[in-house]
Amino acid sequence: MKTTLRRGLGILALAAIAWTTALSGAAPALAAKIKVAAIFTLPVEQQWISRIHKALNAAAARGDIDYIYSENVANTDYERVMREYSEAGNNLILGEVFGVERAARKVAKDYPKTAYLMGSSFGPSGENFSVFDNWIHEPSYLTGMVAGSLTKSNKIGMVGGYPIPEVNRLMNAFMDGAREVNPDVKFTVSFIGSWYDPPKAKEAAFAMMDGGADIMYAERYGVSDAAKERKVLAIGNVIDTQNEYPGTVVASALWHMEPTVDRAIAAVAGGSFAAEDYGSYSYMSHGGASLAPMDAKLVNAKTMAAIKAREDEIRDGLFRVNVNDSEPRSSK
Amino acid sequence: MEIVEILFTVSFWAAATRIATPLIFGTLGELICERAGVLNLGIEGIMTAGAMAGWMAVYQGADLWTGVVFAFAIGMIFGFIHGLFTVPLGLSQHVTGLGLTLLATSLAYFTYRMILPDVPSPPRIEAFQPFAIPILSEIPFIGPALFKQTALTYLAFVSVAVVGLVLYKTPLGLALRAVGENPAAAEAQGIDVYVMRIGAVMIGSGFMAIGGAFLTMSAFNAFFFEMIAGRGWICIALVVFASWRPGKALLGALLFGAFDAFQVRLQQALGGDIPYQIFLMLPYAFSILALIVMSRRAAYPKALMVPYRKGER
Repeated sequence: MKTTLRRGLGILALAAIAWTTALSGAAPALAAKIKVAAIFTLPVEQQWISRIHKALNAAAARGDIDYIYSENVANTDYERVMREYSEAGNNLILGEVFGVERAARKVAKDYPKTAYLMGSSFGPSGENFSVFDNWIHEPSYLTGMVAGSLTKSNKIGMVGGYPIPEVNRLMNAFMDGAREVNPDVKFTVSFIGSWYDPPKAKEAAFAMMDGGADIMYAERYGVSDAAKERKVLAIGNVIDTQNEYPGTVVASALWHMEPTVDRAIAAVAGGSFAAEDYGSYSYMSHGGASLAPMDAKLVNAKTMAAIKAREDEIRDGLFRVNVNDSEPRSSK
Repeated sequence: MEIVEILFTVSFWAAATRIATPLIFGTLGELICERAGVLNLGIEGIMTAGAMAGWMAVYQGADLWTGVVFAFAIGMIFGFIHGLFTVPLGLSQHVTGLGLTLLATSLAYFTYRMILPDVPSPPRIEAFQPFAIPILSEIPFIGPALFKQTALTYLAFVSVAVVGLVLYKTPLGLALRAVGENPAAAEAQGIDVYVMRIGAVMIGSGFMAIGGAFLTMSAFNAFFFEMIAGRGWICIALVVFASWRPGKALLGALLFGAFDAFQVRLQQALGGDIPYQIFLMLPYAFSILALIVMSRRAAYPKALMVPYRKGER
């Protein structure tokens, strides 16, 4: 189904590459700029990808890099696009290889002069294949504390896409946080088997609220909308949606790709890029994750102080949030 | 028992109706096409195009109903393409339909991206809101389940009735059914088979497009190119389930909606012990079973997928 689209985008991407090459040929002064290409499997407004796209756009706006990207690239086509970008002489290639872990590593091996920084569930490999991931379990824990203290029914609903490690660890951290402040809290966990089916996510959320859940963990689009319709509170994930849902989204665990991206760009510029795990640059201590400002109308001062204290402890390394990648289950 | 109790809650049936709405439109649209003898596998793409078109019209400042009409019109354009290839040219309805799905899906996303090249998060519109129909919504149990929905759901109910009436009680309906059963006989009656078939495919495709628009303008308020997520293919099966009858199509769509709503609640009631994939699979497994039972007596239009060539013997 995506083939035609991808072909169209592929031509556009090639045109863009040709255009940038022509441009840099005309003005040699620009040649020193690092050429960065990104390959995404979903559109750039999807919450996870939007964070990477934002950080790269910021770097491009500063004038550090030339940035091009392909979105909506199917996993079956991912390797080809990687090779195309590598052949085109990009210095740094970013993306997400959760569906093509092995193939992507093979490509990296074939282009030793190119630096790769990929979202991956596994470790770095070879000389030039680095990995990152959304390690935002720390603010997720904090949002769990918010949820645990705000629930009146002691029932929290959680709707996720697929139970992959990246999702599980955030959900588990959230549940740990909620249990810390409220041991009686019960969870209902549901997966919809899609990364983007808001009507389905909404139905799962409605069913949870029918069952008495009064706080919804919005891992997917659609959950906050359901919460808003029923005037129930929601917790955001990855992106800050508090402005879009005032009075509904009380707190959000945010992911910031800037520390990861900026470090990789600096490493490529300095010629020191190596195969590394950039995961820790998504931790709070590096500014890669944060707790969005809580809604002061909904969270009382005492709770807020407790959460702030915990936040400082995490940042100072005094409190460690457990990393648990196993599939979260509903409470009995 | 907790699981059985689910079936007797109003919220369950309200959810089933919500889930069924896009399927009612899609099934009705496919049914009209097939009744005229043309299989329309472009449905998945046409629903995507409708979802995009209706939503985009509203995002650009049109009111909601104008958006619905616009979606219908876009559906008709794609229907015309399908009709052109399959009716006068008599090309393979399977290949044309699948090709149309690829074209419409890609074109929908391409247009979306051309208009909105760089947006940080999915843009939103003010979608249709649920409202209660006076008197009808006060019927115990059925009222709040069926008549506290959004306007498009009511439109779906009305469409079923209208399509049923036209199909069985008017000369137009008779002509439409005739070209799907025996086009040569219809031609002998002075009915232009090509016009009839292309017209039916266009109207049917318009309904499909509204089914897609329901997802972006009522069930949710933003567009994403994969959000039809196979609902079109379900409609193809529902037409068989319905034995090509509008009333049964409504029933089939509601039944599938009920399976899906039940699955969601079952997953939450029993979650933890059984892998979630099993629950996600249930509506499809139930549907296959229902299809087996129902399709044994299904009488399909005799000229379905048979191209008509004038003067050929």
